[in-house]
Amino acid sequence: MSDIETIKDTYLTQVAAAADGDALEAVRVAALGKKGEISLLLKTLGKMTPEERQSEGPKINGARQAVADAIAARKDAIESEALNAKLATETLDLTLPPPARPAGSVHPVSQVMDELAEIFADLGFSVATGPEIEDDWHNFTALNIPDTHPARAMHDTFYFPQTDDKGMPKLLRTHTSPVQIRTMMDVAERTGGDGEPIYIIAPGRTYRSDSDATHTPMFHQVEGLVIDRNIHMGHLKWTLETFVRAFFERDDIELRLRPSYFPFTEPSAEVDVGFSVEQGRRIIGGDARSNEGGWMEILGSGMVHPNVIRNCGLDPDVWQGFAFGCGIDRLAMLKYGMDDLRAFFDGDLRWIEHYGFDALDVPTLSGGVGA
Amino acid sequence: MKFSLSWLKAHLETDASLTEITEKLTDIGLELEGLENPADALRPFRVAKVIEAGPHPNADKLQLLKVDDGSDEPWQVVCGAPNAKKDMVGVFGPPGTYIPGSDFTLKPAKIRDVESFGMMCSARELELGDDHDGIIELDATAADAVGQSYADYANLDDPVIDIAITPNRQDCMGVRGVARDLAAAGLGKLIPLDGTAPERSGAGPDVRTEDPDGCPAFYGCTVSGLTNGASPDWMQARLKSAGQKPINALVDITNYVMLDHGRPLHVYDVSKLNGGLVARKAVDGEKLVALNDKEYVLDQTMTVIADASGAHDIGGIMGGAETGSEESTTEVLIECAYFTPENIARTGQKLMLTSDARQRFERGVDPAFLDDGIDIATRLVLDLCGGSASEVTRAGTPPTSQRSIAYDPAKCLLLGGVDVTEDRQKEILEALGFSVDGTWQVTVPTWRRDVHGWQDLVEEVIRIEGLDAIPSTPLPRQAGVAKPTASPEQLAERKARRAAAASGLNETVTWSFISEKEAAPFGGGTWSLANPISEDLKVMRPSLLPGLIAAAQRNADRGASSIRLFEVGRRYLESTEHPTIGLILAGAGQPRSWQNGAATKFDAYDAKAHVLEILLAAGAPVGKLMDFGEAGDHYHPGQSATLRLGPKKILAAYGALHPNVTKALGLKGGAVAAEIFLDAIPVKKKSGHMRDAFAPPALQAVSRDFAFIVDADLAANDLVRAVKGADKKLITDARVFDLFEGESLGEGKKSLAVDVTLQPTEATLTEEDLKALTDKVVASASKLGAELRG
Repeated sequence: MSDIETIKDTYLTQVAAAADGDALEAVRVAALGKKGEISLLLKTLGKMTPEERQSEGPKINGARQAVADAIAARKDAIESEALNAKLATETLDLTLPPPARPAGSVHPVSQVMDELAEIFADLGFSVATGPEIEDDWHNFTALNIPDTHPARAMHDTFYFPQTDDKGMPKLLRTHTSPVQIRTMMDVAERTGGDGEPIYIIAPGRTYRSDSDATHTPMFHQVEGLVIDRNIHMGHLKWTLETFVRAFFERDDIELRLRPSYFPFTEPSAEVDVGFSVEQGRRIIGGDARSNEGGWMEILGSGMVHPNVIRNCGLDPDVWQGFAFGCGIDRLAMLKYGMDDLRAFFDGDLRWIEHYGFDALDVPTLSGGVGA
Repeated sequence: MKFSLSWLKAHLETDASLTEITEKLTDIGLELEGLENPADALRPFRVAKVIEAGPHPNADKLQLLKVDDGSDEPWQVVCGAPNAKKDMVGVFGPPGTYIPGSDFTLKPAKIRDVESFGMMCSARELELGDDHDGIIELDATAADAVGQSYADYANLDDPVIDIAITPNRQDCMGVRGVARDLAAAGLGKLIPLDGTAPERSGAGPDVRTEDPDGCPAFYGCTVSGLTNGASPDWMQARLKSAGQKPINALVDITNYVMLDHGRPLHVYDVSKLNGGLVARKAVDGEKLVALNDKEYVLDQTMTVIADASGAHDIGGIMGGAETGSEESTTEVLIECAYFTPENIARTGQKLMLTSDARQRFERGVDPAFLDDGIDIATRLVLDLCGGSASEVTRAGTPPTSQRSIAYDPAKCLLLGGVDVTEDRQKEILEALGFSVDGTWQVTVPTWRRDVHGWQDLVEEVIRIEGLDAIPSTPLPRQAGVAKPTASPEQLAERKARRAAAASGLNETVTWSFISEKEAAPFGGGTWSLANPISEDLKVMRPSLLPGLIAAAQRNADRGASSIRLFEVGRRYLESTEHPTIGLILAGAGQPRSWQNGAATKFDAYDAKAHVLEILLAAGAPVGKLMDFGEAGDHYHPGQSATLRLGPKKILAAYGALHPNVTKALGLKGGAVAAEIFLDAIPVKKKSGHMRDAFAPPALQAVSRDFAFIVDADLAANDLVRAVKGADKKLITDARVFDLFEGESLGEGKKSLAVDVTLQPTEATLTEEDLKALTDKVVASASKLGAELRG
């Protein structure tokens, strides 16, 4: 074994033994520094004969390379150890709770209103609104409910001492139907009485002087109105079926229309939806004729009464269509399973956190309107 | 309306089952609301005979009976009824039977040491009447029926059908009308009325009408020499099935004719009248005590039936207490009149008086049924009470003219959406009493006041044909993807709501009406209900905050520690309703934590942060908003502000609520709140989807910090505005990043540090440029008394 091999092995041993960066640097300087032992050996090559150089050159260069590689490897190892040691001191107890970032929520009534808007937009309906403090004309008379009409007694109306320009007391709308009147009158005015197709829904707050387990003096209703040429009850039936199936996201929902009476529609129908029982809870859809199944009333509807169309300044011989009205709170209860209407208006955070919706639960047709 | 099945079958000849009948009722618009069989509760009770009756060994007032109910062995029964005796036939409930009138189930028991099995029952125990003085004693012939179910023996197995009558169908406010509808719907045949006229002799009574507007027709006759008393069982049973309490034969007859035919009548005791009867308008202030023993003050729009002494009947609504029939009545005057529906409705509304008669008259009774009505009533009086009837006096004329409608059977498909053959349509209409001529001119029967136009005829046809027959027909639909329909305001509201929820607020819905007390700190409400459901729900809210304050307090009472609520709704001001978002923050802003220590309270800055977030989402130009004071007296005067687009264009108000307000409304611990006035936000008009071209600045922006010493009451934003104004081209942003108040600065001073962003456009800024800029910033700030901090 030549000297050079011994020198190399000595340094490699020292590199391996270097405990930290400083020790390693000392080895580097001793071996490869300007006056390092291997550096000096390299310089001796110049004075050698070509034959000697041919035999010693590779040996010395090999030794230099081996030591340099070892130093680099050792340097990485030392740095890595140092980092690991440092990291070891930085351990966090990640079982501790992070800073609170409170989640907010959207009320089920708003969520359902957005769902309705989405479904009906696909059918070409826009959303219309109107005042809640209404006058007698829009809430009753224009809807074919004159002041002596017995149907008025069914409305439990809230009145104000203030009167309108006809001297009738102002009132809180008892249904969203006045929005029908306002929409049709706007169209009649805009078109000079010629009319144009109307496809709207009108969700909003409504009021009746009624308060018990299933009635609150304020509640939410959605009105639907279609006015066009050649619209008939078959279209009404299809629209309601399509809406209910889209809303509850089930295809096995059956509707049952029953003749009924509303002064502002002729013919009129109340609409029942079939339910079944799944896991002990009533679910809209399924076999309504099964033992546990049945029908529940969900909305009132009919073909808009010609007097109503006429009252709005449109020609009932040209324009006809249908209207329906449905409780939004009830739709929410049937879809999402709340059992107490009064809780909707209490603001109980526990209820809100249970039944509320994430801000990002925006109903979409592609994702399904239910959240 | 309730009626028994047997009653219905008195008018309808049918083989249909009960289920077929009830389903058909709902199908044709007479919605089934309830179905009860009074026999169900009575089925276990049996006709039984007392075969032995002897004294109880240990009690004077009790007897020991042996009762045969058809079982193999007679039952030993201890009985306390004084009328119990040997050979008596009564109603027995064996052990295990539920006693409906006493709400308990019979068990074998020892009574005074003697075993007793089952019970002989009183009428009250079976809910058959009020009698509880003794047990039911059946006719002796009942001995043949021992062992039979009492429900069968007494013909109690008669289901009671309860249907909802919509306000247009007065014709179905009598059992016969229901039968007519069912017959038309193919469920049997309407049995013709017994048209025999009662025997009459002698002149009719003096009845007149002086009010052809309110009472166009007033028919009357008398029956004299009668004996009033209890009405027969069959009539009592029918009245009970309808929920009417039998009173005496004369009263029962009027009720029965009303329920049977929808024809209200009134019967006067002639001995209590002073001369003839006249239908006239009441005199203003005229008083009458009605049958309900309440006194009504009438006015000249109301029709009364009066004699020489005064009014005895609020025409068509309720009779007077003084002249009604009693047990002792021997001569009656039967009134069968036609009252104008609109007048009845107004009178009833004014007097706040409802009655079965009003319900029928205001919906319009059959004007052609006066003669039938008075004959039917007279015949019943003669049959049940005897006596002799006078001729009928007919004052005035009922409005019997019939409406005629030009009908086109094709309309059934065009409006009803279902194709029904012409023959079938004609058949349906005729079965309902319409007459149809060869040109499809349709005459409406007098009892169908609700049918006006061809649309009503379509309804008649399709309701009888069945709405199930209407095929679903898709709406005409535009080709392609549905077009957007939401208005900019609707989109802004939706985004604002979602942004509020995303920022950690929980949406709630509170009442639109609040109490006067709650409204007061918010300027009071303009709209105060005349008939509130309670004082707490009376005034239309002028602000969303009172409802949110109340909701916050309810949550605090339930132990919620951090309350963050918002509501999207309307404020109701004098001229109009304003869409608004209200929010309230109460309790702990940040909960106590291992990182930050004690919990922090919400402050006005939290409210401001939410407001800005929501305004941004709603599309408000947040960068252009100006801070103003004057948030309103309900806020803390020093910790509240408004955000405006101009002196009068207020987009939002926020701050800490005034302690007096939270105290008055019962919210402990204070709260911060805000209102965002959605209708004040300028509507963003959509003009295509193109954004401005993207042109990033070629040069790097530079940031420079300036610290100023200013007066302590200088608003930070004033300084920021001054700084920005120093070079509007170069300075693109300025933001306060430090606030320091300390004695070292001198009394009444504070230090504000501002981070100014400079965006060079043409060349990199030189030292000279920066020096010039600094001078400009310092000069601009110095106008507010700000000094650059050394």
